[in-house]
Amino acid sequence: MHPVRKKRLLVILTIALILSAAVGLVMYALQQNINLFFSPSQVAMGEAPRNVNIRAGGMVVKGSVKRNSDTLAVAFDVTDFQHKVTIEYRGILPDLFREGQGIVAQGKLKDDGVFEATEVLAKHDEKYMPPEIAEALKSAQNSTDESAESVQSTY
Amino acid sequence: MFPEIGQFSLILSLFFALSLALVPLIGYWKSNKLLLEAARPLTFIMSALVLLSFVILSLSFLSDDFSVLYVAQNSNSQLPIWYKFSALWGGHEGSLLLWVLILSGWCSAVALKIKTLPEAVGPVVLSVLGVVSVGFLSFLLFTSSPFARLLPDVPLDGGDLNPLLQDFGLIVHPPVLYMGYVGFSVAFAFAVSALITGNLNASWARWARPWTAASWAFLTLGITLGSWWAYYELGWGGWWFWDPVENASFMPWLAGTALLHSLAVTEKRGVFKSWTVLLAIFTFSLSLLGAFLVRSGVLTSVHSFAADPTRGIFILILLLVLVGGSLLLYAIRAVEVRSTVSFGVTGREAWLLLNNILLTVLTFTVLLGTLYPLVFDALGLGKISVGAPYFNSVFTPIALLLMVFMAVGPLSKWHHTKFSVLFKVCSVAALGATLLAGLVAYFYEFGFIAGLSLAVAFWVVFLSFSDWFEKVSAGTKGIIPRARQLPRNYYGMLLAHLGMVVTLVGIVLVSVNSDESMLRLSPGDKVTIAGYEFRFDQMEQVKGPNYVSSKGQFTAYKAGKAVAVLHPEKRFFSTRQQVMTEAALDAGFTRDLYVSMGERLDDSAWSIRIYVKSFVRWIWLGGLMMMAGGLLAALDKRYRKRAGV
Repeated sequence: MHPVRKKRLLVILTIALILSAAVGLVMYALQQNINLFFSPSQVAMGEAPRNVNIRAGGMVVKGSVKRNSDTLAVAFDVTDFQHKVTIEYRGILPDLFREGQGIVAQGKLKDDGVFEATEVLAKHDEKYMPPEIAEALKSAQNSTDESAESVQSTY
Repeated sequence: MFPEIGQFSLILSLFFALSLALVPLIGYWKSNKLLLEAARPLTFIMSALVLLSFVILSLSFLSDDFSVLYVAQNSNSQLPIWYKFSALWGGHEGSLLLWVLILSGWCSAVALKIKTLPEAVGPVVLSVLGVVSVGFLSFLLFTSSPFARLLPDVPLDGGDLNPLLQDFGLIVHPPVLYMGYVGFSVAFAFAVSALITGNLNASWARWARPWTAASWAFLTLGITLGSWWAYYELGWGGWWFWDPVENASFMPWLAGTALLHSLAVTEKRGVFKSWTVLLAIFTFSLSLLGAFLVRSGVLTSVHSFAADPTRGIFILILLLVLVGGSLLLYAIRAVEVRSTVSFGVTGREAWLLLNNILLTVLTFTVLLGTLYPLVFDALGLGKISVGAPYFNSVFTPIALLLMVFMAVGPLSKWHHTKFSVLFKVCSVAALGATLLAGLVAYFYEFGFIAGLSLAVAFWVVFLSFSDWFEKVSAGTKGIIPRARQLPRNYYGMLLAHLGMVVTLVGIVLVSVNSDESMLRLSPGDKVTIAGYEFRFDQMEQVKGPNYVSSKGQFTAYKAGKAVAVLHPEKRFFSTRQQVMTEAALDAGFTRDLYVSMGERLDDSAWSIRIYVKSFVRWIWLGGLMMMAGGLLAALDKRYRKRAGV
């Protein structure tokens, strides 16, 4: 083969090799680390997989926050005004965590239907509503009209 | 009255930007010297008008003019004066004005240095920058004017600046970051003007190099500052979150790093010509994409401004026009370019090619992870988030590989290097690095990845110094005169590469050698973490200028001796009814003590985070070194020569 062509082939082969390795790595990592969002209604209807990393969220139900008196364990309910999910967490909640506020939790749904969170996120802006929650609330609102008023009053 | 003048001067500057975009180009086309020479004054007038409206908006902030909607939304009469000023860029409209101000600043800088360019090229570069300015000025004027008024019902007081932003970080982080972001539009302008004039030889690369190095240095500093700010301000001690908006600043950085290196090859050897042009366009597009992600609200992030779909659409159109236009031009022009120079497989060109491939791959993996949720949602597959583990597991191996080659590139010679010479130096360094890293990893019980990363760090240090030593010991002169003769460019590279190493060491040690605890503590409690005893002394109530604070006091003891007194706070801002965590830090060269308070759990107990972070400062120290390296390279004497000399 012509030496220039040979060199070009080598360059192309190197690029192809690195690219395919990178693509493989990306595919693998994506498969492991995608976290789907489920609303409390979806969880209640059994659409959410158990013992897999997912995200769930909604508005924190007023009066539902219960703390352990010795440790940092805390449990609270979130709702989309249709169904509720209990979330358990051990650690420090974000500053913007408040009853009546929208939050997103990351973790696993256990077999008993309780969501064990490894991370609880609230936005750094009190006017902000995570888009997932806004959408979950909207679809819940569409399904029945009775709850519509209570949804509006929380904004 | 004044805000109207500000608005008016923005409109005027848009007209001047329009003429800047058109007049010199027409002049170039018609070979009319007069029209070409108009580029400089047009640039200066445009910039002065933008500066005027910026000054007017800052005066509105400083004088608490709440009749201006934007001031009323983002400031408050109680706010300390320096935050009143920086509140200007605390929201979307003002930060966009800052962006435009910095853009016009870069334009003026190019106009000042225009003598270093050939007569026809400089005005065309300014003209392209004029097109970019038209885009951003019209974005500012048509979708987000900061001068809109609240008349006649002027509020008595403003809605206050978000407490998170009432910090030194807000004063410095956005301006420096924008200097970097926007600076890449200069490299873009050079690339596009090279396409327009057809001067796609090595010279455009030489003109673009110092500008690219300078903006890269600013972007590096901006990202570093952002990481440092997040670390102490968000209250949980993370320094990088792979948040979409962080990624938005990181992608242009990666692409810009690739651009810096490929510009060097294009300038010195005249190869990769069309690739370098493409990379300059690509880097600038990623800056625009970043602006789109931050300002359109399509992604969930700590940074996102209040979402407004029209703004998103505007930037998207701007992105399509600028990028589409330049790519079209590229498609028409770049086919004419053919590299005639060849290079060997072990020449420096080959190593830099590898650098470019790896950096491009890294950029795409970050891009993919950032945009994947959008694509997933658009396809109706559900709402997802791509977590930090994705980025960590993809980024780490590729970045380590990149750093392995990073040390080899400078050793090799242009065109061709004897393989045996390379092999000899490298095998000694590899052996030494592996042994040293192995020892450290063994004694400190680090895992495989940490040990490997340390080996890479030692490897780069060994090879960098052996390269320097070889360069200064060659020839008959003494070491010191030789060392002083080496170009600034070279020292810039050395410093930036070593900065990379320092950051790597910081990252490795902070992730494997730190101790992090979340505890339930009451005043009087003691706890021992990583050899430090922390005593929770007391709590007190303190009143600040615009907040009330619950302030804790912790004393840290090492071997019975008090080493630090820490005051973490929980501040309550009454205007916004918002609580803010202020972490307390005791910074050190090898470790940080970090205490931050969570919530009050009952009468006396609080949830408390206590971290002992190993070598965390090194992450930002490395960033500073990289920035200094970039500036040093930008100031290399070679670039200051006049055209034709």
